[in-house]
Amino acid sequence: MLDVMIVDDSAAIRKILRRVLDQTDLVIDKVHEAGDGLEALELLKTNTVQLILCDINMPNMDGIELLQRLKAQEDLRSVPVMMVTTEGSQARVMQALELGAAGYVKKPFTAAQIKEKLTGLV
Amino acid sequence: MTELPVDLLAKSASTGMKEVFSTMLGLEVEPGPPQTQHDRLESFGGIMALVGIGGAWTGAGRLLISPKMACTLAGALLMSTFEGVDEEVLDAIGEIANMVVGGTKTILEEELGPLSLSIPTVIFGKNYSTHSGKVHDWLVLPFHCGGEQIELRFCLMPTHANARAGFQMEAQHI
Repeated sequence: MLDVMIVDDSAAIRKILRRVLDQTDLVIDKVHEAGDGLEALELLKTNTVQLILCDINMPNMDGIELLQRLKAQEDLRSVPVMMVTTEGSQARVMQALELGAAGYVKKPFTAAQIKEKLTGLV
Repeated sequence: MTELPVDLLAKSASTGMKEVFSTMLGLEVEPGPPQTQHDRLESFGGIMALVGIGGAWTGAGRLLISPKMACTLAGALLMSTFEGVDEEVLDAIGEIANMVVGGTKTILEEELGPLSLSIPTVIFGKNYSTHSGKVHDWLVLPFHCGGEQIELRFCLMPTHANARAGFQMEAQHI
């Protein structure tokens, strides 16, 4: 059983990603939602997750900074982080992957693209 | 490059729009003829989603739709039904605008250099006016979807550093 976190400032995208997760073969116990990086870090103080789906462009703390913070923490650095974002610039994608992102899906996305990227990740 | 590449912008925006509508909403959009419009104080009604653009070029993308179309698009995105405009509908429209402008930005970056996006802002009301400082022209792109019109507008100008680099390049050719 997995606990998953979705980090995106759009409630609509969080809802869509929840629906996509329901369609996968993953056995999910709980989905936590955060509207930005700061909220995600706060939730991670009291919750353990095995997978994070994360936007890049967000207020307060963006996905790149969240990724840096996660990789700097002993107990969180092994959690796979899949970036799901409108950010299509090669530089930003490379930055996320170099920081240790497990993968990258560009919005707009299909459910099949998300499922394919998640296969074998957890 | 210091002149707005109108054809490139129109083509990129049309591609971005079609991609978002077909992939995320399961809807087809038909582009109409683009036109350039000088910035002026004009009244709007309905929903306007704004996404700022920064980097080598600066400006914004705007998506303008009716409340009825907003409910249709939010319903298609969230696989739900909306009878009226609420926070969930406005959030969905902001995200649709974000994806459309983001997709356009990604294509434009190949020619214009690195660009960045702001977080979307959505305005909903009757008879409101907008003014953009130092903006001269908007590229207006009409689209048709299910018998309704959707309007996408872009303004883009080179940033000071980009314009200076362009002038220096032009000077070297003299």
